[in-house]
Amino acid sequence: MDLTWSASEEAFRADAHRWLHTNVAQWRTDHGGEVASGDTREGFAQHLDWERRLFHDRWAVVSWPADHGGRGATLWEWLIFEEEYYRAGAPPRVTQNGIFLLAPSLFEFGTPAQQEGILRPMAAAEDLWCQGWSEPNAGSDLASVTSKARRVPGGWILDGQKTWTTRGAFCTHLFGLFRSDPDSARHRGLTYFLIPLDTPGVTVRGFGRLDGDEGFAEVFFDNAFLADDAVAGGVVLGEPEGGWAVAMATAGSERGLTLRSPGRFVVTAERLVALARDRGDPTLRRRAATAWMHAEAYQQQTLATVTTLAAGMKPGAEASLAKLWWSELDIELHQLALDLLGPDAELEGPWSKAWQFSLSGPIYAGTNEIQRNIAAERVLGLPR
Amino acid sequence: MRFSWSQDQQAFSDAVRELLAKEGTPLVVRAAWDAPPGHLDRGVWDSLDAMGVLAVLVPEAAGGLGLDETFLVPILEEAGRVALPHPIVETAMVAAPLLGAGIGMIASDLGGPLVPCAADADRILLHQGDTLAVTDGDAVELTAATTVDGARRAATLSTPRHPEVLTDDPAVIALALDRGALGTAAMLVGLGQAMLDLTVDYVSQRQQFGVPIGSFQAVKHHLTNAALALEFARPAVARAAWSVAQSTPTRARDVSMAKAMASDAAELVGRQALQCHGAIGYTVEADLHLYLKRTWALARAWGDTAHHTDRVTHALEADLPSA
Repeated sequence: MDLTWSASEEAFRADAHRWLHTNVAQWRTDHGGEVASGDTREGFAQHLDWERRLFHDRWAVVSWPADHGGRGATLWEWLIFEEEYYRAGAPPRVTQNGIFLLAPSLFEFGTPAQQEGILRPMAAAEDLWCQGWSEPNAGSDLASVTSKARRVPGGWILDGQKTWTTRGAFCTHLFGLFRSDPDSARHRGLTYFLIPLDTPGVTVRGFGRLDGDEGFAEVFFDNAFLADDAVAGGVVLGEPEGGWAVAMATAGSERGLTLRSPGRFVVTAERLVALARDRGDPTLRRRAATAWMHAEAYQQQTLATVTTLAAGMKPGAEASLAKLWWSELDIELHQLALDLLGPDAELEGPWSKAWQFSLSGPIYAGTNEIQRNIAAERVLGLPR
Repeated sequence: MRFSWSQDQQAFSDAVRELLAKEGTPLVVRAAWDAPPGHLDRGVWDSLDAMGVLAVLVPEAAGGLGLDETFLVPILEEAGRVALPHPIVETAMVAAPLLGAGIGMIASDLGGPLVPCAADADRILLHQGDTLAVTDGDAVELTAATTVDGARRAATLSTPRHPEVLTDDPAVIALALDRGALGTAAMLVGLGQAMLDLTVDYVSQRQQFGVPIGSFQAVKHHLTNAALALEFARPAVARAAWSVAQSTPTRARDVSMAKAMASDAAELVGRQALQCHGAIGYTVEADLHLYLKRTWALARAWGDTAHHTDRVTHALEADLPSA
């Protein structure tokens, strides 16, 4: 047990802190002080400008190797960066589905040519990646996807429909699961494709999420020809028909700490504790302290998890427990925020927006009902 | 940064677990329900003493092991796992740093007015006004209390005659209270783990409708909720152990967070464990009630969740700038 940071980690924190505080303020000023939601067209462009500032000074992908635009930060330093990021009030990452979901799978399954060709433009926010997994009839039951890929000379023909694709209307590329063996069932016979959205035969239609932003899209594939070289290094990630294993690696990242590090929750909880103190209501003050404890416990549990990862162990089904915790914590935090706002909670604003977004947490990345099944079977060992 | 027990810490608590698996069985807990006051069997207690468990926090120069709370906390989790009836938190965690090694069995009213094992202890550590004092068991009148958990063996105390005052230093008293709350939090995590393990075994074997009831989603979700609460209470307790061992500025806040989260987690696990055991759990013949009733007692001893949440509230509010 040693809960202290090393001198070099503290120096890393100080660097990150300095850069973030200067640049978050500058970015907001440059956009007139008011920045729109990153899930609207106007806001997305503003957030892309932020992403490019991050990349320019090598803060976009701190844990990646330097030759892909990162700074080779350790997992510990990455956690420190995340904490400072949210403490500085920096905006949500519109590049997150590429950087935090696809990239870990690219590092694990991608060929050197794919890594060379895809990672840097992703980090630079030139190529913007969205996730094409869900279909109208394949949500939690991901293995039932029916979108098809057919091998033809020089490439693949894609047919089918993906939906609930976050920021699909604003992105340039999609990573998705397609059934490439027409005779296969369930998780066999799926291939993980990397697809430019300007491929002829691909149509993207954005639509409003619960909070009204055009944060969702459905993506139609109508006899779309995907050339083998449409993406640098090749359009198949992993082996053909081996897509399920790649997807599960991505899902592990989605449920675990790479997508939702503890920093944002601790920072939100601290703001709520201060708000509750200023409001003075004893019940709300106690609720704020409880919510803060739940956020802080996530921080501590993450330190324990990273300790095992840093020792070379693979993330396991425990990621399902983390996903349950942070998603339900996020609702607890925002429910409290609404109660602190009182009648003003019905006004459109950052808290009402964040409240609505928090409600998606137990749904995306595999519903919490599915996560509870996974945890019961793989962590506790209960019978299927 | 290394958020895990060291090999030494792990090895020590593993050895204690092995010992308690043999000598700290449910039969020992049941015997503690039945033994008359003053006749608590000390077999397992003496074995723990021989391993040095009771003197972990005593300096080597004073005959102890010279270790800190990061060693004792995982051991107390093991004691919780077997619902050990002896006052191990009071003795090893709270009294030993004040009184030294070889002090026998110490009961205390620091955790609340009902003093566990009061008639069985060699001496009693008392919170008297603004002091900590110690007295022999025969210098106070004990009134045995009928508690829900019979293995608590609790009594209320009369005002003692001529107690020996140990300290009036508020910092020493505050540390003793924090240690007690931390040790109890560790016991609660162990109790929770024991109830979860018992229940996982039970629902994997118990068949209804021709299948193990653990294959039903409703049961799976109950037990995942239990595991979830423990998964996040445990690091809170580990961090508080570090904060106490290192005397960090956030010690009091971290201990209170640990106690609040461990109490809530163990009570939740208890609810789910009982529900998943069904009628079989709702008996005094199944072992579950031994752990369940201890959980209810310890969740409110050494400060309940409301008390500790308020301490966290005050600590946080004092540190934060205006919103």
